[in-house]
Amino acid sequence: MDTVTQLQRQLVDYTNSLFLEGFLNEQFNQLQQLQDESNPDFVVEVVSLFFQDSERLLNELAKILEQKNIDFKKVDAHVHQLKGSSSSIGAQRVQRVCIAFRNSCEEKNIEGCQKCLQHVKYEYTHVKNKLETLFKLEQQVLAAGGTIPMY
Amino acid sequence: MNKIRALVVDDNMVNQTIHHRLLKNLGIENQVVKNGKEAVDVHSSGKYFDLILMDMDMPIMNGIEATRRLRAMGIRCMIAGVTTRSLDQEKQEFMEAGLDDYQEKPLTKAKLVSILHKINYTT
Repeated sequence: MDTVTQLQRQLVDYTNSLFLEGFLNEQFNQLQQLQDESNPDFVVEVVSLFFQDSERLLNELAKILEQKNIDFKKVDAHVHQLKGSSSSIGAQRVQRVCIAFRNSCEEKNIEGCQKCLQHVKYEYTHVKNKLETLFKLEQQVLAAGGTIPMY
Repeated sequence: MNKIRALVVDDNMVNQTIHHRLLKNLGIENQVVKNGKEAVDVHSSGKYFDLILMDMDMPIMNGIEATRRLRAMGIRCMIAGVTTRSLDQEKQEFMEAGLDDYQEKPLTKAKLVSILHKINYTT
């Protein structure tokens, strides 16, 4: 098997594993379908936006939850944003934790919120690493002269 | 084929980017604004659209209020609510504000095509 085929196989297997393990869902396929020759970096662009947005939101959430008087409305608004973006790119696990997070907000459960924040940070970091690895593999395929397989 | 123009109203940057691209890939020129007030303002400035994709939860002016205002201004184009809210009561309130259609996020090509078919769009 030549290098390009090998790398492509690796990429496909890795991508499939992300779906199987529930990191990504079919919404991510929607993004891939929007990528074409006129927009070859679309997925990376959108995912990068997601990373920037998420990091901002997570920092804000950490600040708010450190306050003596927690503004649960603000917490809910931020989590709503995070839920929205994660759902739009197919980051399923992050989206799921956001749902639980919103429940804790509604109950004004401080401990619940703090646990959810830790949990969502964990899931976010995890999917970020996975996606960065995915993009690296894609780069390797392209660098070896191959094309990214259509999923 | 008629040149359809659309307005994307959403405060989330990730959604803005995706919705903009989804529309563009279907051959639809579109503009993006980030809240209901901007959606009203852009119409006040004299611009016209064939389709508005309206998010519900936005700062400054939300989708329900913006839809009401636009209808009150005499805007008759297709307004499709695009939101994550799934409770019937919330849907109802949004529809009653003047929506023609309602889709749950995340938006997909299929959902967008189903909205477009309601405005005699041919793919």
